[in-house]
Amino acid sequence: MTNATVSQATAAVPGIPQDQDGPVFKEPWEAQAFAMTLALYDRGLFTWSEWAGTLADEIKRAQAAGDPDTGETYYSHWLAALERLVAEKGVATTETLHRTRDAWDHACDRTPHGQPIELRASDFHD
Amino acid sequence: MAQDHDHHHHDHDHEHSELSETQLRVRALETVLTEKGYVDPAALDAIVEAYETKIGPRNGARVVARAWTDPAFKQALLDDATKAIGTLGHVSRVGDHLIAVENTPQRHNMVVCTLCSCYPWEMLGLPPVWYKASPYRSRAVKDPRGVLADFGVTLTKDTEIRVWDSTAETRFLVLPMRPAGTEGWSEERLAEVVTRDSMIGTGLPKAAP
Repeated sequence: MTNATVSQATAAVPGIPQDQDGPVFKEPWEAQAFAMTLALYDRGLFTWSEWAGTLADEIKRAQAAGDPDTGETYYSHWLAALERLVAEKGVATTETLHRTRDAWDHACDRTPHGQPIELRASDFHD
Repeated sequence: MAQDHDHHHHDHDHEHSELSETQLRVRALETVLTEKGYVDPAALDAIVEAYETKIGPRNGARVVARAWTDPAFKQALLDDATKAIGTLGHVSRVGDHLIAVENTPQRHNMVVCTLCSCYPWEMLGLPPVWYKASPYRSRAVKDPRGVLADFGVTLTKDTEIRVWDSTAETRFLVLPMRPAGTEGWSEERLAEVVTRDSMIGTGLPKAAP
């Protein structure tokens, strides 16, 4: 990942929260979603205009469903766009993403507090 | 986002770990993309680390700077950190059961955490990558002095080291010692020297120039 990739992203994708130095994030997961998007772009999975289109579509969809449109939820839409593009590009089906999400949930449930949460094959089975 | 904040309050079983719905989805994506060879977790961590100072409100530095300049606030912070921070109007609320532990010449505090939803990122900002690594965590408990030395923090033999493991009930903020040479500094200027690592005890505040 290079700064050039970030500059291209901020130039091509409207609304990315920024300060004078570049992107800013409210919570760590937002930066993680951003980082995954940069990595997939670098792999050539999509162009920035494709990304911007999908994101705009997710924002529109959320607004139609009553999203307050205050900018607070920007990265929620970003995450939805990322899940959607990953599925549309055939990287992983929506079902695989759901199963993996459920497996992480299961891993949390069986992990006593204070232990690192790690995913095991058995988390996928119940 | 609203769902994200509500999630960890409605579940009253504090025996197991918790992640918010959003965190679960982000972890799922990372897992799937890693398995398929589309992303490298280390490369993702490097990108996120590059934004360390750009994530969250990073309120902790302001809280520490206030404690260094206002003895009454410091005492209130050590008595009940959640309540004390709540009195600072300009600082967003923190979760319940935040405990501030004070470093002194006799005692150094270090915090380990497993990065479930209890990590107080609104105070501390981005967690260190090594929090995810179990070998490091267990070593931090068994050999804190060695781990601190790896981070470049050397303490005298007389300094006792206490390791705190965050739980669902309690999260910790280390109140580091104010660096020498900062007499008369404003709160804003002091906040600049308070690093994330100094608030989890794996580093010290930046030295005064």
